[in-house]
Amino acid sequence: MPAKRKSSSRNSAPELLFGDLWEFDPAPESAAPNLKDTYSLFIGGKEVAPRSRNYFESVNPATEKALTRIPAAGKADIGAAFTAAESGYQNYWSKLSGKERGKYLYRIARLLQDRSREFAVAESLDGGKPIKESRDFDLPMAAAHFFYYAGWADKLEYALPGASTTPYGVVGQIIPWNFPLLMLAWKIAPALAAGNCVVIKPAETTSITALKFAEILQEAELPPGVVNIVSGAGATGQLIVDHPAAKKIAFTGSTAVGKAIMRSTAGTGKGLTLELGGKAANIVFDDAPIDQAVEGVVNGIFFNQGHVCCAGSRLLVQESIAKAFVQKLKARIATLRVGDPLDKNTDIGAINSKGQLDKITELVASGVSEGAELFQSKCSLPKQGYFFRPSLFQGVTQSHRIAREEIFGPVLSILTFRTVGEAIEKANNTAYGLSAGVWTDKGSKILKMSTALKAGVVWANTYNKFDPTSPFGGYKESGFGREGGKQGVADYLKINA
Amino acid sequence: MPMITSNNSPLKRLLNDVGPVDQVAIEERVAKFATRSIKKASKLQGLNLAVSMVDLTTLEGSDTPGKVASLCQKAQHPDPELTTPQVAAVCVYPFMVKHARACLGDSNVRIASVATGFPAGQVPLRTRIQEVKQAVKDGADEIDMVIQRGLFLAGNIQAVQDEISAVVEACGDARLKVILEVSELESYDKIRAASFLAMQVIRPGDFIKTSTGKTSGNATLANNQVMLEAIRDFYLSTGTSISMKPAGGIKNSKQALQYLVAVKETLGDAWLIPERYRFGASSLLNDLLMQLRKQQEGVYQAPWKFSDASSGY
Amino acid sequence: MPRISITKTPKAYVGGKFIRSESGRVFPLTNANGEFICNIPQCTRKDTRNAVEVAGKAGAGWASKTAYNRGQILYRLGEMMEARSEELAQSIAITGEVSLSQARAEVALSIDRVVYYAGWTDKYEQVLGNTNPVAGPFFNFSVTEPVGVVSVFCSDHAPLLGLISQVLPIITSGNSVVVLASSTNPYPAILLGEMLATSDLPGGVLNILSGYKEELLDTFASHEHIRGSDLCVSGDLAKQAEVLAAESVKRIHVRESDVDWTKDTAQSLYAIRNFLEFKTTWHPIGA
Repeated sequence: MPAKRKSSSRNSAPELLFGDLWEFDPAPESAAPNLKDTYSLFIGGKEVAPRSRNYFESVNPATEKALTRIPAAGKADIGAAFTAAESGYQNYWSKLSGKERGKYLYRIARLLQDRSREFAVAESLDGGKPIKESRDFDLPMAAAHFFYYAGWADKLEYALPGASTTPYGVVGQIIPWNFPLLMLAWKIAPALAAGNCVVIKPAETTSITALKFAEILQEAELPPGVVNIVSGAGATGQLIVDHPAAKKIAFTGSTAVGKAIMRSTAGTGKGLTLELGGKAANIVFDDAPIDQAVEGVVNGIFFNQGHVCCAGSRLLVQESIAKAFVQKLKARIATLRVGDPLDKNTDIGAINSKGQLDKITELVASGVSEGAELFQSKCSLPKQGYFFRPSLFQGVTQSHRIAREEIFGPVLSILTFRTVGEAIEKANNTAYGLSAGVWTDKGSKILKMSTALKAGVVWANTYNKFDPTSPFGGYKESGFGREGGKQGVADYLKINA
Repeated sequence: MPMITSNNSPLKRLLNDVGPVDQVAIEERVAKFATRSIKKASKLQGLNLAVSMVDLTTLEGSDTPGKVASLCQKAQHPDPELTTPQVAAVCVYPFMVKHARACLGDSNVRIASVATGFPAGQVPLRTRIQEVKQAVKDGADEIDMVIQRGLFLAGNIQAVQDEISAVVEACGDARLKVILEVSELESYDKIRAASFLAMQVIRPGDFIKTSTGKTSGNATLANNQVMLEAIRDFYLSTGTSISMKPAGGIKNSKQALQYLVAVKETLGDAWLIPERYRFGASSLLNDLLMQLRKQQEGVYQAPWKFSDASSGY
Repeated sequence: MPRISITKTPKAYVGGKFIRSESGRVFPLTNANGEFICNIPQCTRKDTRNAVEVAGKAGAGWASKTAYNRGQILYRLGEMMEARSEELAQSIAITGEVSLSQARAEVALSIDRVVYYAGWTDKYEQVLGNTNPVAGPFFNFSVTEPVGVVSVFCSDHAPLLGLISQVLPIITSGNSVVVLASSTNPYPAILLGEMLATSDLPGGVLNILSGYKEELLDTFASHEHIRGSDLCVSGDLAKQAEVLAAESVKRIHVRESDVDWTKDTAQSLYAIRNFLEFKTTWHPIGA
């Protein structure tokens, strides 16, 4: 056995070979997702067929095959849902003490933990995210949110100290497709803890876990009407926003839709919180722990296929280390495994939908045509399904579309900077302000950056970290209101005049 | 780089030169290696690979020629019922080298010996050098040395490097493994710095090694990772390939496979060979064999079928 | 022969300077009997734009002052108002809508409100911000930051107390403000501007315009640099303001014009909170 490989390698630059000497066999998650052929709306504590009689198919983005039929709620369905919610509020929820409300939330948290694996598989099937993320992140975090907010239900006077508050009553909630069940937990848990009842709509491409969640609510024996789950596309969402019984709207999704909702609720006196898009800068200084920064940048943009509103989609790297850093980044990307979302070793799963894949493809093409230099991982992609290679762009300028628009995919735009001031200026040069990352070994620089960055979440020497206790939400056009922490529950309370 | 200020200690400059390591982030990184699911053929291949990388070790005050002989037997034929490879080496005290050589003859199993006042290294340099020379003379193919952690922590980089250089010279054709004893280096930053310090003066194919196994701290996925990344960075900037040996605390197959995943995804295929990666371990081999038999026979195995694992119930 | 008095030309207060409207337009201020008092600048969209620009520039410096310093500066403003309280009372009563004694009461309440907020500058953060016990090796804390430039439409009644009640909580946290004074009696606001000029509040932090809501609503609600709005408007104007604010996702709070500013609830920590952002920072705990 040779101690050294080919002697000819001395003539070229040293390279690492990430090949197939020891390849991993497929390791598919085997738990059953227990899907129904056809799902129902969940209104007034019952699973009901849509009065609209309309259904659409939910497609597995990794296979392009239909998984199940999802009801498309129409006007009569939304009306019924709000009627049920108002009744749930008047007859049950508003009559319960905070202590008792909290017990329901604890029950939900526990039941979700019990059925965690089943829900994780369903989530990965429906949305394309790797099972290790749905298993290790989405599900535990969703349960943790219910557990955290359960404890707030009888402590609301501490959320807004000194203020007299009341719940809104009935709240309309609309959530996105990137973390379907987790976003549901972020919305429902604080709303219920604060004493509200909800009508919630999952995104049309990822309704399954929300509708499965109705099973948990029934197992928890939540009083009828407290949570009503209605599926459908944008039109259904508009019906929720416009319904007069919705005293507050909470929305997570794109900035364009967020603005439209803000216009729709104008003049109605409805409460509103918006968690919208982002174009976060992940800033790496030359004194950073480099390998951990590489890992953080990879996690920042490739977590959940880049379908993350707070994705670190703009890498700002200090010029003095840019070349070496990008070299390491490329080597790291070479070891990312793209493929079957249900394989436990998959790092990057399927793009959520054909539409999203088309959008990513179009934006990447624009990056190439605008003159940025594209690098893509050479990994093999499954023949079927919506997949996209981990990609990065070098030579990106602030004016490129790929530096300004939210791609919502596994595509990183790399820019460089020389000074702290330039880093701050470039990071803040966006209408968004959801999150940012800072990598440096110098503590005082972290605090300076954290203070200067116009973003609701700043991750220092880490990225894409979430916790029920930690408020999350944006500055500027990334929305307003916070989810998580005491701020999260406060946003579901009205201060009495 | 010219030294600008005189109060900059060599250790501080070295630390500055090689850059920091963030503790939380690297521990998070290696936790991901542990989530890799290694099944079926890839598991079999990984287990066999691990067997071929074992430095089968006995470093006890109670070691006897007889114990070393049975160790050598096991090293050459790990399991008569399996077609496993031989282990890479046996690792013994210098006094036992000649016994091991007598057992192994011209076998492919190499003899490694922990010379240089193992494990503390608190012996005069001249004595340590003599110990190395004697071990090589007695038939050692590889020498595992300890660095003087005290010198390193005191900032006396040059002295540590000089000592390593002297041992390199004493080794002759024998491979050298430089034990950093990471549990006594205080931080990941310093493990990284010590790795570079050693790599600068050893030869291609020589090793850096985590631990003696004689302190409370052993190899972990995290300190292994710090050293793998140092090896990678050194290789990419100099073209020189340094080998790696985690030692101590790696007791079962699951752990060994996690270490191999780290190698695969940090240094790539070129390091997935016994010349580039070793496990310093005494009880690991038996667990690897148990798992291999389970893979072959489809039944979980009882410990008493494997020598040295037959204590307990 | 009696001395002919010098009349004062009321001006808007922008960037620490007294200005006329760039348009040169004025509107007459009259008393309850319709008698002419003086001409008031009728500020325009362009005046608003200029005010937003200086507010944007001044805001960063104001926000970066220590909370203690901001408290001292606001308290100093209270001292100056106290010293000139009679003058302020006269200005409130000038239109004859309220009696001089009612005006004096409004001034007293206004001064107390300034002191109330001066006291909050170095405390609201301690009540609203917090550390978060995340489940991992991270130090995680949420702090508040001012949103930036905030536009304000005052109510027409209580021309001094209304303005103070809306503006003080906003600038307490380091925001800067472009405010449109009561259009029925902008005189107290104009007088306040003269006091601000000699206070330690940096020029540009509080910019006082006079004019008409109908004319300025578009700019006050749609200007993208304005990050928050506190507007006393109702009906269609309120809806129009909220629609316009959507384009830049502004933090907009509209309220009816008939707010009772004398109520205890008219001063609150939560008036400060309305124009704050929460920023959460994660940092690993390691060595």
